[in-house]
Amino acid sequence: MIKGKKDFSERIIHGGFLLLGLLTVSCVLTITVYLIISGIPAIKEIGLVNFLFGTEWSSTAANAKFGILPFLLTSIYGTAGAIILGVPIGFFAAVYLSKLAPPKVRAVMENAVSLLAGIPSVIYGLVGMIVLVPKIRELFKLPDGASLLAAIFVLSIMILPSIIKISMTALDAVPKEYEDASLALGATPIETYFRVSVVAARSGIATAVVLGVGRAIGEAMAVMMVCGSAPNMPDSLFQSVHFLTTIVGSEMAYSSGLQRQALFSIALVLFMFIMLINAVLKFFLQENKEV
Amino acid sequence: MLNNQLSAKRTHYLVLMKALMALSVIFMIMLVLFLVGYVLIKGIPFVTPEFLSSGVSYLNERIGILPNILNTVYIILATLMMVLPLGVGAAVYLNEYASNKKLVNSIEYAADILAGIPSIIYGLVGMLLFSNHMGACLLAGALTLVIMNLPVILRTTQESLKTVPQSYRDGAYALGAGKWRVIRTVVLPGCVDGVITGCILATGRIMGESAALLFTAGFAHALNGFLQGLQSAGATLTVALYLYAKVEGEFDVAFAIAAVLMLLTVLVNFCAAFVGKYYKRRNSL
Repeated sequence: MIKGKKDFSERIIHGGFLLLGLLTVSCVLTITVYLIISGIPAIKEIGLVNFLFGTEWSSTAANAKFGILPFLLTSIYGTAGAIILGVPIGFFAAVYLSKLAPPKVRAVMENAVSLLAGIPSVIYGLVGMIVLVPKIRELFKLPDGASLLAAIFVLSIMILPSIIKISMTALDAVPKEYEDASLALGATPIETYFRVSVVAARSGIATAVVLGVGRAIGEAMAVMMVCGSAPNMPDSLFQSVHFLTTIVGSEMAYSSGLQRQALFSIALVLFMFIMLINAVLKFFLQENKEV
Repeated sequence: MLNNQLSAKRTHYLVLMKALMALSVIFMIMLVLFLVGYVLIKGIPFVTPEFLSSGVSYLNERIGILPNILNTVYIILATLMMVLPLGVGAAVYLNEYASNKKLVNSIEYAADILAGIPSIIYGLVGMLLFSNHMGACLLAGALTLVIMNLPVILRTTQESLKTVPQSYRDGAYALGAGKWRVIRTVVLPGCVDGVITGCILATGRIMGESAALLFTAGFAHALNGFLQGLQSAGATLTVALYLYAKVEGEFDVAFAIAAVLMLLTVLVNFCAAFVGKYYKRRNSL
């Protein structure tokens, strides 16, 4: 009798924990469903081709146009720029910290990198707005320094912590035997680190880069403060632009009707980018496990 | 004689790599020093006791950030109160109950997806799910942040559950304890460090969050108590910083808030490092 009662309550508790466990899955499903439901209507009304490849966005004009190609290209260029600037710096710093740095230096720098990762994005935006934007205006003699270039600089700094941390973890995990073998064959330590350790840690470093792409493409607030906020095509680095994230961030508050629906469609496009990045990440992580 | 001379090509390579590493590390050091130093130097002079302890008054032309500080505290408390049971429960399920490998993998994959979704998308979804029904208020913001921080708590708790020795569980079972009793008395006390670390990390993330709160928690600067605050719109420190800098052009105020946030970020990082070290030392004893 007692045993049966206990079994019953154990089963209820098991069920409760199962529900909690399934919570992450249901959150992902809810988010996906909501974004698709609210993103599809505008795409239907505007037309997929007009929406994705239209070069003009004038959401509040009498004859409103909703083409998001400017934002798509800006987000791609901006992310690519941030990766080109940020990855080499992060990569070399990670190799130094993982392989060559004295323990004390390493400890201090690890704290510094964590701090960098923890600084709120609005602070990056503020410093970018006050320091970087005027500098760019002076240097290149522009009417306004808020531009794609400023956004790229801010983004490249913001992705540094994730790139350094994850690359370091990958480099730390390289078996010492690999390095010893290379040293024994007469390679200098630095040659060993760059030609053996880095190669062995390549999928981890690739993971770091992909995560950096994810962070850069999803960043909204810091970019919003330095990108100039005009729906131009990004034909030059000094153009005042909008990213996929910033157009949503700045127009959502006062939007209505088709404009609002179109903003949800932009969020859907952004979400699809992120899901694509997740798929790539999963691929690299699996490769990590197999190696 | 052994010839220890490296070829010119190899020497160049070594010099180049060393120079690149040195440049990158020096850049990192300068960057951190500059960011922290600049924000503190520009902001600290405006952080007066009055600034920290008063609200906004247009009559006295005074800007204070007490409401924003309180809003930040409220939203952190509300979020943690909700996300802790959920995240810890999910971690317990994954580590103690789940036996289906496929299910575990899909739950973990879902957590990774949640961790990678940009905060602006959380903002939109939070607006659709919560703010459209209850209006823009701190509670709607907190609910949004619960989803966002679920993977943080889940992961840190899971990591520390893995460090609870299997023999403890076996011992408890051998004494006749049921599964739930084992979890309550042996497993959960063993993962306190993970939960604390998760709380600190989540606090840092909530404190720095802005994009997810713009459309869910609103912009108001009103001074409220905890329960009243949860039901009304309010700007946290980060949102207030954004509003003062971008909308109102009050850069002194923005930098003062930035300085406060910077100090809090340093504090959170310090706590996380301290807790990590403390438990590492205790576990190794």
